[in-house]
Amino acid sequence: MTSPMTSTRDDAARTAVEVRLEGLSRRYGPVVALDHLDLTLQPGELVALLGPSGCGKTTTLRLLAGLEDTDTGSVTVGGKDITRLPASKRDMGMVFQAYSLFPHMTVRQNVAFGLRLRRVAAAQRDKRALDMLDLVGLSTQADRYPNQISGGQQQRVALARALAIEPQVLLLDEPLSALDAKVRAQLRDQIRKIQLEVGITTLFVTHDQEEALAIADRVGVMKEGRLEQLAPPTDVYSRPATSFVAEFVGLSNRLTGEVSGGQVTVRGCTLPLMEAGVPDGRVVALVRPEAVTLASHTSVESGPLVGTVIAVTFLGATSRVTVDLGDITIMAQLQTSDASALPAGSRVALTIRPDPVLVSSSSSADGSVAEEEE
Amino acid sequence: MAVAATTRTGVRPSRAGRRPSVPSWIGTVPFFGYVGIFLLLPTGIVVWDAFKNPAGKFTLSGLTALGNAQVRGFFIGSFKLSLISALVGAVGGAILAYAIASGNPDGVIRRLYLSASGVLAQFGGVTLAFAFLVLLGPAGLLLHASWYYSFPWGITLIYAYFQIPLMVLVFLPAIDGLRIQWREASESLGSSAWQYWRYVGGPLLLPAFLGALLLLFANALSAFATIQAWEDQIAYTVPQQISTSMSSEVGLANINYADALALGMVVLVAIVMTGYALMQRRAARWLR
Amino acid sequence: MAAITSVGETPLEGPAKRPVGMQARRRRRLNLFRYVVFTVFGLFFVLPLLAMARWSLEGVKVGSWSVTAWRQIASYNSNEGIPPLISTVEITLELAVITSAVMLVLVVPTMIWIRLRVRWLARTMEFLCLLPLTIPAIVLVVGLGPIYNKIAHLSLSALMLFWVYVVLAMPYAYRALAAGLNAMDAITLSEAARSLGASWFTVIVRVIVPNMWDGILNALLLTSALVLGEFTIAFLLLYVNLQVELYSISRNTPNAGVIFSTSVAALLFAFVLLLLLSFAGRLRRGIRL
Repeated sequence: MTSPMTSTRDDAARTAVEVRLEGLSRRYGPVVALDHLDLTLQPGELVALLGPSGCGKTTTLRLLAGLEDTDTGSVTVGGKDITRLPASKRDMGMVFQAYSLFPHMTVRQNVAFGLRLRRVAAAQRDKRALDMLDLVGLSTQADRYPNQISGGQQQRVALARALAIEPQVLLLDEPLSALDAKVRAQLRDQIRKIQLEVGITTLFVTHDQEEALAIADRVGVMKEGRLEQLAPPTDVYSRPATSFVAEFVGLSNRLTGEVSGGQVTVRGCTLPLMEAGVPDGRVVALVRPEAVTLASHTSVESGPLVGTVIAVTFLGATSRVTVDLGDITIMAQLQTSDASALPAGSRVALTIRPDPVLVSSSSSADGSVAEEEE
Repeated sequence: MAVAATTRTGVRPSRAGRRPSVPSWIGTVPFFGYVGIFLLLPTGIVVWDAFKNPAGKFTLSGLTALGNAQVRGFFIGSFKLSLISALVGAVGGAILAYAIASGNPDGVIRRLYLSASGVLAQFGGVTLAFAFLVLLGPAGLLLHASWYYSFPWGITLIYAYFQIPLMVLVFLPAIDGLRIQWREASESLGSSAWQYWRYVGGPLLLPAFLGALLLLFANALSAFATIQAWEDQIAYTVPQQISTSMSSEVGLANINYADALALGMVVLVAIVMTGYALMQRRAARWLR
Repeated sequence: MAAITSVGETPLEGPAKRPVGMQARRRRRLNLFRYVVFTVFGLFFVLPLLAMARWSLEGVKVGSWSVTAWRQIASYNSNEGIPPLISTVEITLELAVITSAVMLVLVVPTMIWIRLRVRWLARTMEFLCLLPLTIPAIVLVVGLGPIYNKIAHLSLSALMLFWVYVVLAMPYAYRALAAGLNAMDAITLSEAARSLGASWFTVIVRVIVPNMWDGILNALLLTSALVLGEFTIAFLLLYVNLQVELYSISRNTPNAGVIFSTSVAALLFAFVLLLLLSFAGRLRRGIRL
């Protein structure tokens, strides 16, 4: 079982390429889908493009694949400008969201299809197809038809088919969105594992932040055709570059605060600022629920962070506690063991950990809890 | 909750339990009775009488008459015309369907051509023959086509007028069923347009195409009014011969002959339609 | 920590040359193909209609114009023992109405009843409704002789053709009605209505049928179009309907203008009906939304 993987790893070591997108723009009539996008993928890395619908992430992927034309800019793969090449000559493997397997061919024939187009001899392409199916763990299903296997299995076959042609770049367009939650998590990890073994440069598009954070080397958060931030997952999460990123990735509490002397005071707690050079004055601070903790040694009678528990949402190891502070509601993410001592209606005192926070001077909906965008 | 509701036909749901209930299929009796009398009975009569002679006795002479050269000629004529017009309709209709499908799904052109197809597929018979007579006949407004009265080409052109729309109606859903992901996946794997059609698009559309071809064939086989209005002096096809033998002044002797011909037609059409149904099911499996 | 790159950090190397898009080229080629196809087929379908329309407006001298043929519709009498044209038109229209009415009353309740209560008959009904496609009119009419002999005792009017026209129209009407019925979840709706206390009659008439209007209108149109165009059975059973009369006129007086004016009128009528019905559909939907 090691030979297909080592051989693919050797292939990858030879061919991992850099992908450079420069100045890509695309409009559809009055709608700007992409606005002078620059993005570079290092050889062998997996970049996840994350964002709400319409942000341009899928357009970026399709431009890279050659399925759409760019109005301006260039696409360079491995040092070669491929902007004018049609999709069929770009040597990329693509996995679609759903329904992309050819229904009239067996799994094996599907996987071998790209090789057939390249006039590889039958025996050879059969072996390669089976190797690929081994890689994704589906060699027992080789002679089934797509409508006889599950959605998760279909996507694995699609992955095998894309990798069979030994492409330079792997493109995944929301490959898990159409699957059940449990299958999604399993398949996500498997895709990452295979990608690392093969070592292929990969672009992964998703609207699910959990996916992006879990498997990417770097995450690119997009909004309205532009990259808001491109950084490793931990940075995107704890050092969001803009308030859009802070609110899109993970939950945030929006709390009013007062900036003075390079720090912000939020409801009695003094917190360092993430950015330098913020002028003094009133701001809205974005505080993560996990930074809100129980305050010991504080009375539960009154105080800026004292309130009544409205609800406790059990999430497994942690629980999310929603607390009514009188004028606003705030979310705290606590260990379940702590949260279980807080039934609805009980009084509780909170405090905010001094992690650096992002602030913005915009004064929208003061104090309300920002909902997680899907 | 024992809801003892009464239906129009007085049937109570069996949940009521205590009273003996009339089975609910009673409500379908009017329909099945009607269809029985006006569809199944005439068909039965045709089949039955095909095996009788004018005196009312059982005989196979009607069937053996089917074997003679003249009758064979009618069947061959029908077959030729049906096959050619089906091919013309299938190819032409497929091209038109593709042109429609590749456009804006909500656009004007698509709606226009679809409604037109709905109406034109039904527009046949005498009116159609008149229209072509005026266009291409001896006093034709466009030109006088010398081949207008030739069999099968003149009449094929006329048949194309309703075969093509019928093809569009039947085949368009199949083309719509070709998912764009297949095209894109095929391309990203390196196929040219030709390779896509050869390996993916073509094989997927083939059952639907063959099925539609069979439907067009059966449609042309059964057509009577159009060809009768086009040329009623010479009988080329089986339906025309059935008409002749029914209205012949020679007498009842020909009714059994007509029955035998009709039986032959029914068998032929039934075979073709079974093929169509099989192809449809195959196509539906892939192109839903 | 790790560098946070953002838009604008990597300087552009000047504006790239505008690529000749693959997709744009392909789309242009496709559009050319489409225009050619639509023009060719459009011509093919329109020319015969135009020829008919032109001939219907033809005067005594070739090339002149005249509405005589249209005025003749009301008064034409071929004196062959066939009723005047206008009364045949009336009879055929009545036939269309009667056939549609009988069809709907027969098929719609049965369809709904089967869907709600007797599901095992669904396949059978579908098969029977589509069977007339396999049994051509020309075959059917041979076996109808004895049956219509009996009917002749009831009435000699051509209106009696409705009995068999209902059967002929069934495949087309059934498909339209089935599409209408399948567009809703009839079973859930009926269960909801029944749990609120509705009788089966109410369920059918006030819950299911109103949601089937599109299918019903479609079925009406298809049935009417079929009746207006039917020739074979009327001809061989020796009745006179619109198509039969037009045929007789053409045999006696080939190129008689009146056959063209009548045909064009019938086509226009069907077309207008189609438009009206499609607007009626859209209107209802608009109001409901």
